[in-house]
Amino acid sequence: MEKRVVFRSAWLPYLLLAPQLAITIVFFFWPAGQAVWYSFQLQDAFGLHSEFVGFDNFTALFKDPHYLESFKTTAVFSVSVAGLGIAISLLLATMADRVVRGALAYKTVLIWPYAVAAAVAGVLWAFMFAPSIGIVTYVLKGLGVDWNWIIKGDQAMLLIIIASVWKQISYNFLFFLAGLQSIPKSLIEAAAIDGAGPARRFWTIVLPLLSPTAFFLLVVNIVYAFFETFGVIDATTQGGPAQATQILVYKVYHDGVKSADIGGSSAQSVILMIIVIALTVVQFRFIERKVQY
Amino acid sequence: MRFKALTATLFAAGLLGSATAQAQTEIQWWHSMGGALGEALNGLATKFNASQQEYKVVPVYKGQYPESMTAAIAAFRAGNAPHILQVFEVGTATMMAAKGAIVPVAKVMTDAKEPFDPKAYLPTVAGYYSDIQGNMLSLPFNSSTALFYIDRNKFKAAGLPPVPPKTWKELISVAEKLKAAGQDCVYTSGWPAWVHVENFSAWHNVPIGTKQNGMGGVDTEFKINSPLHVRHVTMLGDMVKKGLFTYAGRTNQADSKFQSGECAMATISAGALAGTIKAGKTDWELSFLPYHDDVKGAPQNSIIGGASLWVMGGKKPAEYKGVAKFLSFLSQPEIQMEWHTTTGYVPITKAAYELTRKSGFYDKNPGRDMAVRQLTLNAPTENSKGLRFGNYVQGREVIEEEMEAVFAGKKDAKTAMNDAVTRGNLILRKFQAANK
Repeated sequence: MEKRVVFRSAWLPYLLLAPQLAITIVFFFWPAGQAVWYSFQLQDAFGLHSEFVGFDNFTALFKDPHYLESFKTTAVFSVSVAGLGIAISLLLATMADRVVRGALAYKTVLIWPYAVAAAVAGVLWAFMFAPSIGIVTYVLKGLGVDWNWIIKGDQAMLLIIIASVWKQISYNFLFFLAGLQSIPKSLIEAAAIDGAGPARRFWTIVLPLLSPTAFFLLVVNIVYAFFETFGVIDATTQGGPAQATQILVYKVYHDGVKSADIGGSSAQSVILMIIVIALTVVQFRFIERKVQY
Repeated sequence: MRFKALTATLFAAGLLGSATAQAQTEIQWWHSMGGALGEALNGLATKFNASQQEYKVVPVYKGQYPESMTAAIAAFRAGNAPHILQVFEVGTATMMAAKGAIVPVAKVMTDAKEPFDPKAYLPTVAGYYSDIQGNMLSLPFNSSTALFYIDRNKFKAAGLPPVPPKTWKELISVAEKLKAAGQDCVYTSGWPAWVHVENFSAWHNVPIGTKQNGMGGVDTEFKINSPLHVRHVTMLGDMVKKGLFTYAGRTNQADSKFQSGECAMATISAGALAGTIKAGKTDWELSFLPYHDDVKGAPQNSIIGGASLWVMGGKKPAEYKGVAKFLSFLSQPEIQMEWHTTTGYVPITKAAYELTRKSGFYDKNPGRDMAVRQLTLNAPTENSKGLRFGNYVQGREVIEEEMEAVFAGKKDAKTAMNDAVTRGNLILRKFQAANK
């Protein structure tokens, strides 16, 4: 039976909700509405003239092969970041969960990267992988690898994936670790007594019990890859070389802010908004069913 | 902790501000000059502020060129634009079309009754920033051009005579010898579109676009897929493949590659000289850009790059008076000479050039007049007096992306330059539609 709290006065709940509603309206609904409005306009950089152009901005986008290419780039990038980020942190969390001595030190070190700003993380990795002065480049050169992400698109993509995954591992790790620690020890011990090995115990007991956490992280990581990796990209490749790392959100920024094409950029953000809404609905409708709470 | 430090700084800044700014009219100047150039720029503002009591110019560094322009556009939309904004040359058409957001420099000067003679400025420089009727719209400030730098130490180390190659053919043969002698980075270049398309076209007297490179109207189209352009980009792509050309990036990343002594040759901005001298790691020599010697009419003259100062609209008359005074101050021959000799940028007035020559500066510093000489090598033609393309920030990036595709070996030069034209023209049409 659901518990319900009933307010005695009619306006109090609204008053309590007001701050959150105000923030949502000012920082979400208003700009989102503006983006929709601008996406139907053709405007000069300074906003001196604007003209209603209907769906022109949208048709122009879908005629642009580079925009369509950006979808592919985004898909590759998001799947890699979310997939690798979740897999690696799950591995680390199960390892850390078993450590007895010095567990705190391991955990601290693993959680550390979360405190690093995205832009700083980007610069850090860009330095290590810098084509002429980077330490990793130096090692790779010794191994006979020609590392130069300034012109090689796939290497640039690899670089931003590594930087973004590294940045997100701590967050995933924290949730997985908490999830692991909430699994009753008795269950695992019982399975062990019945003769299940560590691998078997993991697949049949630990993983299903972790599935709510994993699902939550999947949603968060996809959103992270779509939007929050902006800092990493801006600090390293800036969408280059030749648009190899231009994911959708970076293109929105690039066309709107750097190129002052407000209409085209707004049309892109409207499309992006639709994609993210659709993705979230799909995730909650179909994947959530398979999750065991 | 951070909060405390912040309040302390704010408090201190407030105290300082109120102590010095009394009864002075403040003039905000947003710029993009970092490092040694930023120091030189702050020096100019300090000098102006010391020269009189009424106005105070406050220079604010707003990041690189695209960032400061973006910041100013956002500030204008929000109603608090600076008085003076430094805008790079590719933003010229966008600024020019923004009537109402800007005040033409010529008008600022007449309104304030400041003496102003547009003919005093170098024609290749002033023409770039004037409308078709010859009204100067923005004040040329830091004008440079692309120059060819070599590090004589590297040449000597490879047993080569330390003489800069004159043509691309010579450059490639020198590059091969340097490479064979173990030089890792032989040649690098900054600003690929500016050096290898814009300046390249002017230098070989071929059009970048129709309508006098867009100066004659917004219904212009790109012409950069000509056989000569394709041939040049093909050559660059081959050089990358053979390790003779180390691509550094789209802006000034090549500067530090040359200045640190990593690369033996570079085509970078004349404005990179200040940093080259400050770094002191190279035995540098400046010379004209290389050219293809079988092209008729080459070398013609190069075009400028760099930035100009735009006066933003919607300010008080008293503030415009101060702006006019400051712009006059900047155009003085002595000030121009100081700016020119410390930074390597071109003197913008004929008087300043003369003054620098008479001072014996060029005799003591051979090569320092190279930029002016290259800009004025021949009387500019329709192809070499400059360019004006709408949304060229975007247009230039399209060109750079296509060039990068060639350097990465993903496209051949012909396809890439054709794609650059097709995509570039779409941007031009959009600009034409937005600025009817």
